[in-house]
Amino acid sequence: MIPTIQPAAGSASAYLSGADPRARIVFAAAFAAAVAWSSSFPALGTALAASIFASFFSGVRPAAVFKRLLPLNVVFLCLFLILPFTAPGRQAAMLYSLSLSREGFLLAAAIALKGNAIALMMIALFGSMETTTLGHALSHLGVPRKLALLLLFTARYVAVLEREYSRLRAAMRVRAFRPGMNRHTYRAFGFLAGMLLVRSLDRSERILAAMKCRGFAGRFYLLDHFAFTKKDLPFCAAAVVVLALTVGMELWRKR
Amino acid sequence: MHIYEGVLLVSERGREVLLAGATLAVLGTGIGLRRLEPERLPRAAVLSAAFFVVSLVHVPLWPSSVHLLLTGLMGVMLGWSAFPAVLVALLLQAMLFSYGGLTALGLNAFIMAAPAVACHYLFRRAAASENERLALGGGFAAGATAILLSGLLMAGSLMLGGRTEFDSLGKILAILQIPLAVIEGLVAASAVALIRKVRPELIAAPILAAIPRERENG
Repeated sequence: MIPTIQPAAGSASAYLSGADPRARIVFAAAFAAAVAWSSSFPALGTALAASIFASFFSGVRPAAVFKRLLPLNVVFLCLFLILPFTAPGRQAAMLYSLSLSREGFLLAAAIALKGNAIALMMIALFGSMETTTLGHALSHLGVPRKLALLLLFTARYVAVLEREYSRLRAAMRVRAFRPGMNRHTYRAFGFLAGMLLVRSLDRSERILAAMKCRGFAGRFYLLDHFAFTKKDLPFCAAAVVVLALTVGMELWRKR
Repeated sequence: MHIYEGVLLVSERGREVLLAGATLAVLGTGIGLRRLEPERLPRAAVLSAAFFVVSLVHVPLWPSSVHLLLTGLMGVMLGWSAFPAVLVALLLQAMLFSYGGLTALGLNAFIMAAPAVACHYLFRRAAASENERLALGGGFAAGATAILLSGLLMAGSLMLGGRTEFDSLGKILAILQIPLAVIEGLVAASAVALIRKVRPELIAAPILAAIPRERENG
């Protein structure tokens, strides 16, 4: 197996990791657009419920899901603390001489719902997708070949350079380097970054040479071809239902 | 430096800002890809991977720590290719770690890549200079300017995207970028100092420029 950065967690046997990658990408985009457009709480609640439902079929462990959603929700918690003070609107409560607005609370709640719904759906859909599959699927969906190739290469070499980085960091540690807030730290990190770039330039020359040896002529050949099968029908049906429910709820509330 | 998923999705103007950012990111990526020859792809990709790994470096900044970005140096070295490089890095981050987000992907890419390209035009010649002081100054200026510009773009997006509720948030975030910009500038200057000694062509020559034809025939 070529080392490449891999999704954090996810089992290959889960239903969603078997669904057609192209369908998953298209649905992710449509779902994000639907959630972005919706503003009523029933629609957003439906979307979040759909995300939670989908995450059961993703094969990603709940602990891993929580860990990945945590940083996002720390930000949302901050918004809950800030927005009631800054958003204009009807006064809901007084804290000393500061007024807290109801609109601010609702705004923070809407942001948290939207953010979590989209992020959770992304984890459910792509939590078990390998970057190579992602690159191929994007390419099949009409993303420029050069961009897809760049994605595949970058994903591949991030893993390699990360090891290079750990070696350099280990070398710094044995020389008793401890980062602090001082000039020495910034210099050392600058040299570290510079060394990493120098080594990656050398590496890229070897890669190009190796590619030329194998007849690279500037074209990228796609090896994975995806076929839409009967197995994908339940996924597509569920996707249509989720989108219809979210959009339907929004239209119903707007009336 | 990310605008998080959902934050700009709650108002009509926020969605317009996201859409505008995405459009600009697509344009920038298009220019970057057009200028990138297939033969230069491995070089661009490995260097983007290196910048991705650099962003894992955490620098202590009381009371917490910040991670490096070095988008200024990235711009100096990669030019317009910074756009596809940043877009790919953000897509990988969103897919693998749920940082940033799908709807904010374009805007975030623009916020980070546009200052990088600006630094390319502003500071590349200084950073590539024979004069050591000028080169280090160029490195510092590129590192610091990229962060400050990104901070301003981010604050501007938040302020444009809300009615008034994000105004103070945007201002706080913009002010927080100032110490980060100083750190980035110092780190970038040191990186330039090392690269000048070890492999000057990384900065001195346009490393992603087209390969001259005669070499291919030889």
